[in-house]
Amino acid sequence: MNLTLYVWRQKNRDAPGEMVRYPAEDINPDASFLEMLDVVNERLIEKGEEPISFDSDCREGICGTCSMVINGQAHGPIPGVTVCQLHMRYFEDGSTIYIEPWRAKPFPVIRDLVVDRAALDEVIAAGGYVTANCGSAPEANSLPVSKENADRSFDAATCIGCGACVAACPNGSAMLFTAAKLAHLHELPQGQAERQRRTKNMVDAMDLAGFGNCTNHYECEAACPKQISVDTIARMNREYLRARWSYRDEG
Amino acid sequence: MKLDARIPDGPIEEKWDRHKFEMKLVNPANKRKYDIIVVGSGLAGGAAAATLAELGYNVACFCYQDSPRRAHSIAAQGGINAAKNYQNDGDSVFRLFYDTVKGGDFRSREANVFRLAQESVNIIDQCVAMGVPFAREYGGYLANRSFGGAQVSRTFYARGQTGQQLLLGVYAALSRQIAAGNVAMFRRTEMLDLVTVEGRAAGIVTRNLITGKVESFSAHSVVLATGGYGNAFFLSTNAMGCNVTAAYRAYKKGAGFANPCYTQIHPTCIPVSGDYQSKLTLMSESLRNDGRVWVPKNKEDTGKDPSDIPDEKRDYYLERKYPSFGNLAPRDISSRSAKEVCDEGRGVGPGGLGVYLDFRDAIERLGRDAIEQRYGNLFDMYYRITGDDPYRTPMRIYPAVHYTMGGLWVDYNLESTIPGLFVAGEANFSDHGANRLGASALMQGLADGYFVLPYTMGNYLASARPEKVSTDHPEFKKAEADVAGRVDKLLSINGKRTVDSFHRELGKILWDDCGMARSEDSLKRALTRIPELREEFWENVRVPGENDTFNQSLEKAGRVVDFLEFGELMVRDALARDESCGGHFRVDHQTEDGEAKRDDENFAHAAVWEHKGDGEEPVRHQEELVFENVKLATRSYK
Ligand SMILES: Cc1cc2nc3c(=O)[nH]c(=O)nc-3n(C[C@H](O)[C@H](O)[C@H](O)COP(=O)(O)OP(=O)(O)OC[C@H]3O[C@@H](n4cnc5c(N)ncnc54)[C@H](O)[C@@H]3O)c2cc1C
Ligand code: FES
Repeated sequence: MNLTLYVWRQKNRDAPGEMVRYPAEDINPDASFLEMLDVVNERLIEKGEEPISFDSDCREGICGTCSMVINGQAHGPIPGVTVCQLHMRYFEDGSTIYIEPWRAKPFPVIRDLVVDRAALDEVIAAGGYVTANCGSAPEANSLPVSKENADRSFDAATCIGCGACVAACPNGSAMLFTAAKLAHLHELPQGQAERQRRTKNMVDAMDLAGFGNCTNHYECEAACPKQISVDTIARMNREYLRARWSYRDEG
Repeated sequence: MKLDARIPDGPIEEKWDRHKFEMKLVNPANKRKYDIIVVGSGLAGGAAAATLAELGYNVACFCYQDSPRRAHSIAAQGGINAAKNYQNDGDSVFRLFYDTVKGGDFRSREANVFRLAQESVNIIDQCVAMGVPFAREYGGYLANRSFGGAQVSRTFYARGQTGQQLLLGVYAALSRQIAAGNVAMFRRTEMLDLVTVEGRAAGIVTRNLITGKVESFSAHSVVLATGGYGNAFFLSTNAMGCNVTAAYRAYKKGAGFANPCYTQIHPTCIPVSGDYQSKLTLMSESLRNDGRVWVPKNKEDTGKDPSDIPDEKRDYYLERKYPSFGNLAPRDISSRSAKEVCDEGRGVGPGGLGVYLDFRDAIERLGRDAIEQRYGNLFDMYYRITGDDPYRTPMRIYPAVHYTMGGLWVDYNLESTIPGLFVAGEANFSDHGANRLGASALMQGLADGYFVLPYTMGNYLASARPEKVSTDHPEFKKAEADVAGRVDKLLSINGKRTVDSFHRELGKILWDDCGMARSEDSLKRALTRIPELREEFWENVRVPGENDTFNQSLEKAGRVVDFLEFGELMVRDALARDESCGGHFRVDHQTEDGEAKRDDENFAHAAVWEHKGDGEEPVRHQEELVFENVKLATRSYK
């Protein structure tokens, strides 16, 4: 198949960027979107030009590295998949495709389609864990967890931290990301002891990192490759209010 | 090169406890005076970094991804083994130990494997405490499934995303230590050399992947947990960035490299579909719990729609050849059987390189819902990649490179032949012999990181009392200059071929000549082809761009340089190991019915390679393996 690409090129964080047109000819419809870009890049290099930088690693939808906006949609047109799992057979022959990086204030562009997402790590570092030093654990089956809770926890824990929710949100909010982590831990008995402290610290860290507020657009849920539900956000908001009133850090 | 495995005395059940007592301890107040470098943030590196920091050491942790949470451990699907015996089906530490030694075709070190089986139970406890949402039964207790090479159900799992959930647990613990200031995390930072001073590991040289800055870090000890080298084959189930660079550079600085020829070919991957292909996708082995593997009995039927082929015209070859393990025969055996039936012309799909994995009977027996519960995400993944719906038509699968049992040689303490250099996880050679059983790599990575290194590291620091060397030391400066020189050279060749085209060609050589079946001829051929390719690379590669910007072609080029040298070592090792064992199958050594034929008399050892300088032949050493608790026997899964 033959396609026309418009791709965001930007040399570094401070350089201006622009959309550049590239033909992508003779592409196998069974190739993935990233393999299509590989082919385009190989040809660019052979012509003596610099290839398009884009992030990817596992290429099977689990590491959360790949990240690009395709025709205005984070991870492209198919719901519930990352761009590395998107295959060319879903595009029409002859179509024009616009490819851009995640755009959000806390995600500066490193080059072309590659952005810096360290802000997400900061949110986790603020409380996305159970304080349990290695060696202190009781026998695993000493505390039963209902299957329903375990399943709900797992559903939230499938977040791959790609940042599509942030990229899709008009406010650049990381509410879905943060709420998913909280829901993962708060559905489990192990997460209870630090529940309020965790909620307060993570939400505050999110604001501090420059992520925007949630004004109920729900674009995040639509863009999430793991289809994490916005219900988690409502739960987080309730929890945060409670935590703010009743939890004070000793520090 | 001296190989002292330092296996503690005493009966196998007591070795580890006794050793833990005998090892020296670092006084709590002194721990923060020690700096430790951990390269890698996967299960092994992440767990080690977090746990060492919890103990009070100063840790610097490095990964090439943009976040430690993205290490390739994240992609593990099926599960993690532990000898909990929750199913009351006869499991025990000894049985897990026995299965692992046997599964590894009697080429691993007994004492290490026993310790692994012992620690397996603590891993599950620790993970649950940290909020890993393992699958559970309605009663609230943990669920288990079965995996290849075992007749008990001891695998813990989190749907098809076990590695993800375990790594997120590790990442959480690591993040807590980062926030506490005990771990300095270096993202998008690639280790390009190891620095040794007076024979000890003194630090590393890295390149910042965003700015290109080449920098040195020094420490009292260094841990490498940089994963496996399956990407030497270009196409594998590993992530795009997986590489051998850290381990290979350590080898060139004097660390022994053990059994590089032991690579695992996983039987259930989605077949190659075209030459644009960048990687292969694994379909978890857990699918073999319910899926039945078959090909048509007759060549003439291979083009037919599978639903038109009646049962009596199907050959369920694993069930036929291995009645007691059936579809759950170990990986090496299943992969080879698939190759065999395809070589006979009975393979299905493009190029005849595929076999069916069929869920028809399981869906009839258990219902579609039950199958969806168990494998829903894997079925979806298969559908997305191939466009075929496995609920209606059987999956097509074919073996692919998946895991590497070889790695840097380590003693019982996980210390390499370079004092102060420790190696953990897939990067070391220790526990899986010539073939790894499913669900055992996650177990090993976490055992190494959570429960072994934190002890043995203290022992090293307390007994060797290493001094920290300044990064102004000439050895650091020399290593920095080497790295910078290599980068400049790559950028200046300006030839005609892309890095990927060389990597693809190397992969093809290795797959054809040093893949699932190896012969003396094929290996000798590879030994001439690889140096030729390497020579062409240095004359004709084109690496665009500069050093001081984010430059992915340059990153790749550096990795391929090391694969081009390391590939040769792999082949050399395969040639020297004149027997078949586990994943290493020499066609010249097989039984009448095509099973691997070991030569215990001459090869019951780990082969350890010593680098003697560029252009010199490396020297092969041997660590003899002693089997006192498991009797050397022909592996049988019939
Ligand atoms: C698709 C797939 C499915 C699997 N499923 C299972 C399973 O179900 N059960 C099981 O037990 N095992 C499974 N395995 C195997 C298992 O996942 C791996 O062996 C294991 O996770 C490796 O962990 P690790 O910590 O050693 O390395 P990795 O997780 O690969 O981590 C390597 C780390 O090193 C870093 N690194 C590498 N090189 C450098 C460098 N030069 N400089 C700086 N940093 C570097 C990386 O950034 C990364 O952080 C699977 C493997 C694959 C590929
Ligand atoms: S590359 Fe890992 S999720 Fe896409």
